[in-house]
Amino acid sequence: MVAVPVLDVRDLSVEFRTRSGTVAALDSVTFAVGKGEMIGVVGESGSGKSVTAYALMGILEAAGKVTSGSAMFGGADLLKASESDLERLRGRELSMIFQNPRVALNPIRRVGLQIADVLLRHGNVTRADAPTRAIDMLKAVRIPDPERRAKAYPFELSGGMCQRIMIAIALACTPSLLIADEPTTGLDVTTQAAIMDLISELARERGMATVLITHDLGMAAEYCDRIVVMHAGHVVENAPTAELFANPRHPYTAKLIAATPRPESHLEDLVAIGGNLPDLRSPALPPCRYSGRCERMLPDCAQALPRRTVGDAMVACWNPL
Amino acid sequence: MTDAATTDAPLLEVDGLCKFYPVQRDSPLKEMFRPAKAPSFLHAVDGVSFDLKAGETVGLVGESGCGKSTLVRLLTRLIDASEGNIHLDGEDIGAMPAKGFGGRAQRAKVQMVFQDATDSLNPRYTAADAIADPLRRLRPELKGAALKARVSELAELTGLPQALLSRFPHQLSGGQKARVGIARAIAVEPKLLILDEPTSALDVSVQVVILRLLEDLKKRLGMSYLFVSHDLHVVHLLCDRVLVMYLGRIVESGPADKVFRNPSHPYTKALVASIPTFEPGVRHARTPLAGEPRSPIDPDPKVCRFTGRCPSETARCSQEMPVLRRLEDGHEVACHYAELKQAAE
Repeated sequence: MVAVPVLDVRDLSVEFRTRSGTVAALDSVTFAVGKGEMIGVVGESGSGKSVTAYALMGILEAAGKVTSGSAMFGGADLLKASESDLERLRGRELSMIFQNPRVALNPIRRVGLQIADVLLRHGNVTRADAPTRAIDMLKAVRIPDPERRAKAYPFELSGGMCQRIMIAIALACTPSLLIADEPTTGLDVTTQAAIMDLISELARERGMATVLITHDLGMAAEYCDRIVVMHAGHVVENAPTAELFANPRHPYTAKLIAATPRPESHLEDLVAIGGNLPDLRSPALPPCRYSGRCERMLPDCAQALPRRTVGDAMVACWNPL
Repeated sequence: MTDAATTDAPLLEVDGLCKFYPVQRDSPLKEMFRPAKAPSFLHAVDGVSFDLKAGETVGLVGESGCGKSTLVRLLTRLIDASEGNIHLDGEDIGAMPAKGFGGRAQRAKVQMVFQDATDSLNPRYTAADAIADPLRRLRPELKGAALKARVSELAELTGLPQALLSRFPHQLSGGQKARVGIARAIAVEPKLLILDEPTSALDVSVQVVILRLLEDLKKRLGMSYLFVSHDLHVVHLLCDRVLVMYLGRIVESGPADKVFRNPSHPYTKALVASIPTFEPGVRHARTPLAGEPRSPIDPDPKVCRFTGRCPSETARCSQEMPVLRRLEDGHEVACHYAELKQAAE
């Protein structure tokens, strides 16, 4: 795949302890991101996209526990790093854009100061320089009238602007890895396109590796180099974007593509995905968590999930298309 | 639906509809000491006119803050208009005050499916209660076994398993809650169903099922839809006609195919160019919209609302507000230069 990946996640498993049993949220999630590469992590809600991001950032809630795996990032394992090591990395080397900017920003702090906070903490910036550097960041994310907007509170800005502020905070210290968790959900289509153009342009400029988490296949197709398809905590397929769309090999990927409306599609062309995600609390989960919904199931599917690789594509299926 | 005359007559006629909200600039205390200024108004919906034929599905698109929701609230008679008329099925429902409209017989003619099925269902009502609620209010003659039978008939229609009728919203999946929302809205047999982003909270796999259900119900029950959505692919799939709104005004309207293939207003162009192509690595050539929308507070009636963001504006755009005019059959646009740009392409 990638010669020396920026982030190399192997066999990441996460469990949540709940009152009604242990939820096997992630099971042996494996993928890698190279320098300057943008990968898309796609799947339905509940497939474990966000849990993956939270586990990598070390911000899982108390009930969640990483049970196995490694995530090599710059020579260190993120999953085993101490909290103080993570604190040094987060914001400087490793950044995240959250889904809902209005909730993620501090509502009672001016946005310019929020950007300056990150710079002061990680960016070798003097207290005197911080405000100007914050305004530079606002310019970089193309906020009109940055001097005035730096003094605004989040509630005074539109959703698209708040998302730009989030991007400015995330990119302030030129991290080598950016995780963007549904960065454009809830934004208008025109704003959505502008934000994604901005992220991909800044990523290319800075040679940053990007993990884009999205449920929008169309958007992933447009911006990502590779796509990782997740289903119920498993990575079911991982392939270069063009290949994945031309020849989806996992039955779930094929269904997902067939269910997504495209510019020229008709309602009759769209195919619904039958069944639901399996109950991840069940102690007797089948090795292939898609098997309950799969039309191509074979007796082989009761065996441990394979990871078949062809070239630089991986599919976790006994009977791929 | 039996003869051509009924299908041709518009079911909904909206004429010059406006909604202005007063904006208080000074605090009341300041106003005590200072002479009161002329009051300012936020023009949420400003002179909207359109027709919707029986059996038609019309899409309403536009960015947040463009007045889509206000327009929908006006049409469902949840709020009163500042100016303009709304005729539904030959009756002037615009003249009936919003207060008390819920008890009128006309309430049954226009119903709504809300955006977030989770937030719009009463958490203390079971699915059956939620579906029975509009029937109890508007069809008081239905009681006991008859009411129960109607509720299970509606569940059947919307594909909601009968066993789930006794469940509360938190025990239902997103798709099931969407079905309850739809069953509740069609319970009183509306002529016009307003759908406010009915699938935006759903996964693509469930979205397909719900869109098919809506298409099927429309055919079976002969309803008309006004479909409000952000997702232009979905609008294209479902709608016969599209209305594009920008800052309280309709800037383009026409058959869905024409509007999406040949967008004529610069805003519609930007909108269409923002749709993901779905082809790996292929992006539309797009001129991103610069700047922020103009303020909707006391807008200058002579200035086009899109100035400041428009890639092709001229001096004329700040002197004369473009009005909706016919471009070709059924395709209308509010831009001075719509033809010019078409010829250039």
